[in-house]
Formats: sequence, structure tokens, C-alpha cells
Amino acid sequence: MTVRLVAFGIAKEILNSSTLHFSLDGDTRIGTLKSALVAAYPAFDKLRSLRFAVNEDYQEDDYEIQPSDEVVIIPPVSGG
Amino acid sequence: MIDIKVESTPLSEQACMDYVADDAAGGTTIFIGTVRNQTKGKRVQRLEFEAYIPMAEKEMRKIAEAVEEKWNALKIAIHHRVGILQVGEIPVIIAVSTPHRKAAFEACEYAIDTLKETVPIWKKEIFEDGEEWVSAHP
Repeated sequence: MTVRLVAFGIAKEILNSSTLHFSLDGDTRIGTLKSALVAAYPAFDKLRSLRFAVNEDYQEDDYEIQPSDEVVIIPPVSGG
Repeated sequence: MIDIKVESTPLSEQACMDYVADDAAGGTTIFIGTVRNQTKGKRVQRLEFEAYIPMAEKEMRKIAEAVEEKWNALKIAIHHRVGILQVGEIPVIIAVSTPHRKAAFEACEYAIDTLKETVPIWKKEIFEDGEEWVSAHP
């Protein structure tokens, strides 16, 4: 499945783009996406945290990404 | 009652105070975040804030709802700015009115602490000799 990714902050700089179509074979859970993304872009492994959101809500590793989902990469937040 | 805003124009302390004014209030706290001129001894030139706005607003609303429930807040305003901010400018304002003062202090502290942990907003510090996304690395 091809996952549509959207990136903000340092994630955008790591991908060098604010959007990315990323291929996942078989298992489409967030946890699998995270491992594959870190393997493809090792800079993600150096971050303090790496979270994902779908439909404007945080989702954990066991969330199964649907073809219609847009997955947003949430690097460590620093508002305020 | 809850007022949430993410804006690219300067924030107004007065607008937040006006919003939370309530005859049933015994106390109001307001937290005003300001851009500091240095980080670990390095002079900051400016900050750049970026937000995933719809989710940021949603997460800010969750914080406000928790404040209403836990501290019986009468009204709460959480305003956050995005874009380029100079030293001394205001990235965030949180105002809370409650029937009694202790709750107002606690609620405001909870709101800013939680905002810094959960709301998808990112800031980059621009120094004379480089730039860095705040808190990105351990």
C-alpha cells in the first residue's frame, strides 16, 4: 500500500518535502510505518520522539492505516 | 466557555482577559509566553513557529475541556501565534477564570505544561550562526 505522509517541522527537513508517498508491504500498522521510515531516513532515529496522527488525532503503533488515511508525522513538539 | 485561536497576527492580552471576564469569577490567571533573547548563552535573533493548525486547535480544545472539568473553570482562552516572532513578542497566551483563586493558578499551569507536550506546534530558534528546532533532539 502507498501511504500518504505529511510532515511538519524537522520532519519536513528530514524528508526535504512536506509530503511523501511511502510504500509499505503487507502490514500497515503505524509501528511498521515507523520502523520503515526510520530505516529509510535514519535522521528520524535521532529525534527525542516520533509520533503519528491520523484525522487530527494521535495514533499508537497498533493503528492500522487505511488507504484513505493521510498520516501526519509529528516530531517532538515545542509550542508555547 | 472556551476560546481557541491559532493566528499569524499579534496576540492580544486584553482580548483574552475580556473573553474570560465573568461575574462568578473569584480569580483570573493569565500566562503570557514571550520570546527570550538567548538560549544556553546563545543570542536568539528570532523564532519561527509552525503548526498543524486543525490538530493544534483540537488538542488545545482538549486541554481547555480538561481545565473546565477538573478545575470548574468558568472561561478559558488559549491563543497561540505562528510565523516569525522577534524577541519580546508573544507566542502564547492562556487566560483562565475560576470561582476561587487556587484553581485559577493550577489550571493555567496545567494548560501551558500540557500544551508544550501535546499540541502539534514547532518552533525553530534562529541564531547568528545557525538554527535549531527546539527540543527535537535529546
